[in-house]
Amino acid sequence: MSFLTIVFALLFYAATAILVIGIGYRISTYAKAPAPLKIPTTPAPTTKPGVVLRLFREVVFFESLFKGSKWTWLFSMLFHAGLALVLLRHVRYFQHDVWLPIQLIQPFGIYAGFALALGLIGLFMRRILVDRVRYISAPSDYLMLILLFLIGLSGLAMKFVVHTDVIAVKDFFLGLMTFSWSPLPADFLLIVHLLLVAILMIIFPFSKLLHAPGIFFSPSRNQVDDSREKRHIAPWAKQLEE
Amino acid sequence: MAKADFEVPELKKHIEVPRVEEGTMAHLSPYVAKPDHQNGVGYPEELVENWHEKTLQAMDDVRKKYRSFQVYLDACVKCGSCTDKCHYFLGTGDPKNMPVGRQDLLRKVYRRYFTLPGKYFPKLVGAEDLTRETLDDWYSYYHQCSQCRRCSVFCPYGIDTAEISMAAREILDRVGYGQKYCNEIIAKVHKIGNNLGLPGPALLDTLEGLEEDVFDETGVEVKFPLDQEGADILLVTPSADFFAEPHVDGLMGYGKVFHEAGVSWTLSTTASEAANFGMFIGSYENMRRISLRVRQAAKELGVKRIVFGECGHAWRVAYSFLNTLAGPFDFLDPKYPVPQHICEFTYDLIRKGKLNLDKSANDEMVLTFHDSCNVARASRMGDQPGGQFTIPREVIKASCNHYVDMHHDTIHEKTFCCGGGGGLLTDDLMEIRVKGAKPRMTALQNVIQENGVTHMAAICAICKSQFSKMLPFYGMEMDQIVSVHQLVSNAIILTGQKTDEDAEENATEEA
Ligand code: SF4
Ligand code: SF4
Repeated sequence: MSFLTIVFALLFYAATAILVIGIGYRISTYAKAPAPLKIPTTPAPTTKPGVVLRLFREVVFFESLFKGSKWTWLFSMLFHAGLALVLLRHVRYFQHDVWLPIQLIQPFGIYAGFALALGLIGLFMRRILVDRVRYISAPSDYLMLILLFLIGLSGLAMKFVVHTDVIAVKDFFLGLMTFSWSPLPADFLLIVHLLLVAILMIIFPFSKLLHAPGIFFSPSRNQVDDSREKRHIAPWAKQLEE
Repeated sequence: MAKADFEVPELKKHIEVPRVEEGTMAHLSPYVAKPDHQNGVGYPEELVENWHEKTLQAMDDVRKKYRSFQVYLDACVKCGSCTDKCHYFLGTGDPKNMPVGRQDLLRKVYRRYFTLPGKYFPKLVGAEDLTRETLDDWYSYYHQCSQCRRCSVFCPYGIDTAEISMAAREILDRVGYGQKYCNEIIAKVHKIGNNLGLPGPALLDTLEGLEEDVFDETGVEVKFPLDQEGADILLVTPSADFFAEPHVDGLMGYGKVFHEAGVSWTLSTTASEAANFGMFIGSYENMRRISLRVRQAAKELGVKRIVFGECGHAWRVAYSFLNTLAGPFDFLDPKYPVPQHICEFTYDLIRKGKLNLDKSANDEMVLTFHDSCNVARASRMGDQPGGQFTIPREVIKASCNHYVDMHHDTIHEKTFCCGGGGGLLTDDLMEIRVKGAKPRMTALQNVIQENGVTHMAAICAICKSQFSKMLPFYGMEMDQIVSVHQLVSNAIILTGQKTDEDAEENATEEA
């Protein structure tokens, strides 16, 4: 087993553990903190299914962002939709017998890679060009976009410029999952690609990428507007009544 | 035009997004609470010596008690969608008045002390140490937020800067750095029963005066009862309704509506204030204490229903929080929601055809309606989402012949705050109030010029007071702001009321 394979195998185990445990820990923090008051941004749904629909529109169509900024919406949409397809396309690396839907989206996954890159460029330009967005940006905000862009770029380069032995890559990941490691091809682009992905996984729970789980815990979006009908009270507030 | 020692913005045709200009509002802070104001609300008298430690402790406590605070501090991706949505930014160009800029004042400290990257790579993630200047910055800019929630409409995660502002004020209060205006008022409510410190006899006096006025005008004996046990309805209304124009005309309207509905109702001395400034300072305990007065009054007077008068933030606390803070209201008549808004009450009567409204009584006005921020984005009326927009408009339209809406980006959920909400309605914050009123004034001026609008109606005591002051700054008249129930009051023809024809007949008989 090459040194490289061992390093990357361990790296991905660690990254996965940090990602899962880190997000799990954040989610438990969010879940544990009560929302003592009813604060949905109204008009809000008056039923649970209504709230599910509101969150669905928010997560899938970025409804509020659309109201707020059309350009940011467009670039975010390109990026996130691209990313979603690309991720689905990558599922084939983790399955012995690839599901039919995953096989079917393979060709679209490639275009999605370009959409993703385009979206990121747009978001980056906005960050630089709009004075208000520039003001609120920290170095990490730029670096995050650059990191994602480089991941996309190295991925696209492997598809269109220097091919990698994808069968071997698949064997490597299937090996990781079954704890029977097989060697990772020592291709430069592949190494860069995987290294950046691992970094992304590791910083996820410590960064603004927490917006992904965060949206589901946002009281202004996930609460039912029924305060007159149902009494809502947090445990710590209940104690005040005794 | 009103005088000012700062530049009053010039109104353009459109609401323009200004260029970022750092520090334009850094000089403005409200008066700091004195020791006895602080005492009255249960906070340290002055900035405590170990403020550094105490501030961080308070932050930690608040994030564990309020999910909103914790999630909002983490989730922001700095997308910029909210940056041009705050009326205070639009009026000043100060980036710390952009919603996310305002949140960042706290977020920087949160990151520094409560997150790993902030502890080890502060520069990278924009984390900053907590210093004495930080507190001043918080004090200044968290009192330049009216907690109107406009930003939360446009944020992809619903991040509500109002929540952050409330938390910040709570944290500042806990280290002894409170705002005079809010804390003095809250202490007054605890002690006397209303924000203005009006004692019972003064209220009685005013109400008797109103009874006379209505009688002189209509010849009908409409009662304005105070502390009447056994009445059906307890009316809780902002104390401004008792004496200031145009508020008091609204109160007359409520009285006439109750009279026509044939229900018995009463005001209460102990609950003679609808507003709940406890919310402005983010203090659950104070908000709860103030709310409990309403429960207590309802119990003591033995009423069956509670109705709130025209007040914006008050309606938020009433609609969204009252059940939580002072419920359950199982001792009231379960047929009615608790509480009800006076507009819901009036609208119901209109729908049932129980009010005789002569729209032509308001013919000298062309009206528009200002959606008050907290009614629009933090509450509801009726049983359908959005009833808070339709119901007041229906009440207005049933009372007048000429009604026009302002630009659609400035009404309903996208409405602009009047500029004086959230504990800012004080003279020491006049500059930000004037500048923050600019977007609303722009939209109003447009309908004045294009549609001949003469008056703007509102259902919030703060909005009404604020606009009475703001309109003159922008070259308009202070009486162009009216109460919704003032329009109802003008239009309503009471059963048995002497009409103009009667008056003429009388005149001929006498002659
Ligand atoms: S709540 Fe209103 S005043 Fe405060 S930051 Fe948001 S838009 Fe501005
Ligand atoms: S809209 Fe929300 S996520 Fe975007 S910058 Fe503003 S607060 Fe942050």
